[in-house]
Amino acid sequence: MKVTICIGSSCHLKGSRQVVETLQRLVAENKLEDKVELAGTFCIGNCQQGVCVTVDGEFFSVSPETATEFFNTQILAKA
Amino acid sequence: MDKFKTRKFDTKVQHLKYKVLREVARHAWDDTLYDRILDIPAMISPGKTPTMRCCVYKERAILTERVKLAMGGDRENPNVIEVIDIACDECPAAGYEVTDSCRGCLAHRCEDVCKRGAITFDQNHVAHIDKSKCVECGQCAKVCPFSAIANRKRPCQNACKVKAISINTNNAASIDNSKCISCGACVYQCPWGAIADKSFILDVVSLLKNSDYGKNYKVYAVVAPSISSQFTYAKLGQVITGLKELGFHTVVEAALGADIVALDESKELIEKGFLTSSCCPAFVMYIQKNFPDLVPFISHNPSPMTAISKYIKKNEPDAKIVFIGPCTAKKMEFQLDSVKPYVDSVITFEELQALFDSKGVDITELDEGVLDNASYYGRIFARCGGLSDAVSQAIKEQGIENFLLKAFSCDGIEECRTALLKKSKNVLDVNFIEGMACVGGCIGGAGCLTHGEKNKAEVDKYGREALEKTIKDAVSVLNI
Repeated sequence: MKVTICIGSSCHLKGSRQVVETLQRLVAENKLEDKVELAGTFCIGNCQQGVCVTVDGEFFSVSPETATEFFNTQILAKA
Repeated sequence: MDKFKTRKFDTKVQHLKYKVLREVARHAWDDTLYDRILDIPAMISPGKTPTMRCCVYKERAILTERVKLAMGGDRENPNVIEVIDIACDECPAAGYEVTDSCRGCLAHRCEDVCKRGAITFDQNHVAHIDKSKCVECGQCAKVCPFSAIANRKRPCQNACKVKAISINTNNAASIDNSKCISCGACVYQCPWGAIADKSFILDVVSLLKNSDYGKNYKVYAVVAPSISSQFTYAKLGQVITGLKELGFHTVVEAALGADIVALDESKELIEKGFLTSSCCPAFVMYIQKNFPDLVPFISHNPSPMTAISKYIKKNEPDAKIVFIGPCTAKKMEFQLDSVKPYVDSVITFEELQALFDSKGVDITELDEGVLDNASYYGRIFARCGGLSDAVSQAIKEQGIENFLLKAFSCDGIEECRTALLKKSKNVLDVNFIEGMACVGGCIGGAGCLTHGEKNKAEVDKYGREALEKTIKDAVSVLNI
């Protein structure tokens, strides 16, 4: 599973660093390093809905507050 | 009225160069360049009355050469800085001369101060300099109470502190490529615009056109932090939106590359004990050409431009990257084998202005986009001293206490020379030399639209506006 988080300017200002940190921590805590590949990108093109995250190409709008819930429903449940 | 006259350039030479770049780019967008190329000189210098030179025909002949440079210049010449021979006005270069301001005074301070006995007087007591004895020390000029002794030196030679410019048999300036570091000081200083940097603007137009707004591949603009002191007639956010209007997928701060470099360079410094910086390609070239013994101490880290481009291409191998900055030497750097795979082209702020106007993008009318990737420290690389501050911060952030940073920031290539000379003789007690070929740092670069006194303050202000306050926080998102 490839999870790409936008670290471009707009998403960065909306907290992509916190989203990255949360996802990295949760992937490690759940020992999913082998199954989940985290990656960064500059701009997915949906700046209005940032922080932009894609899971195997499927788009999600995440914020630092919803990052844990996003992990549980979209990553942990499917990995 | 030419609406582009409202654009801010320091000199009319820059404005002229810009007009050529704009027209060349405009026709390139329209696919009409090869049909209209011969019309560009007469379009810029119309009618029969010359405004710059002796006649419109000479003006147009020079403009033809400028068109050539806008299209990449002489492919045979590896240097990115070129002399337009016919534009060189063969400025006087006689050195110290007595002007007619000499009043034939009694004191003869000039004679007394001259250690070579080069000053003589005619029957009217007016001073003369015997050129066979004069060593151009300038003492006579300093002591003359009438300022009657002038130093006739060509502005290009004056600007070139690495002494790469000589006068050829046609009395035109000539660049010695073995000495030139492509800093562009002569480009900015020549009052005739007879020395210019080659432009890769056509490569950028074709990269953008073929990308078709990201449909075929994405083109990233990596912008230097000195952009914060440029485009002063608009907001930085409008420049960012303008870049996207041109067809760039997004804009990334080279300053984030600077954050990466600051962190890595501090580690390398502690390991090696002495380093010279590798951010400024002109400084690196200067060491390679003049201080071969110090080459092993040049930081092995890539420049910020290369560091961030490497990251982008690692994640997206078919991405294209255009660096936009104040620097002519970057046009050399991106052609190096070690950089070529990561950076596809380089243009200056001057050329970006031409690119905007060639496509009718008026940035003052655009919404403000955002640009925020780097930390305060990455951003202040744009001015002299910033790199040393960042390395000092990086050492602190890593909690290293048993290493004392003794940094020396060289402001301009002359200071670089002095520091390197002292270091090579082991009489400079520092362990880090930050070298900036341009005075003031990158904000003094030849490709800047403006070179103002406030530019340093603008860069610092831009630095303080960064969301991330530490280097580690800025870089952390890259370590996914």
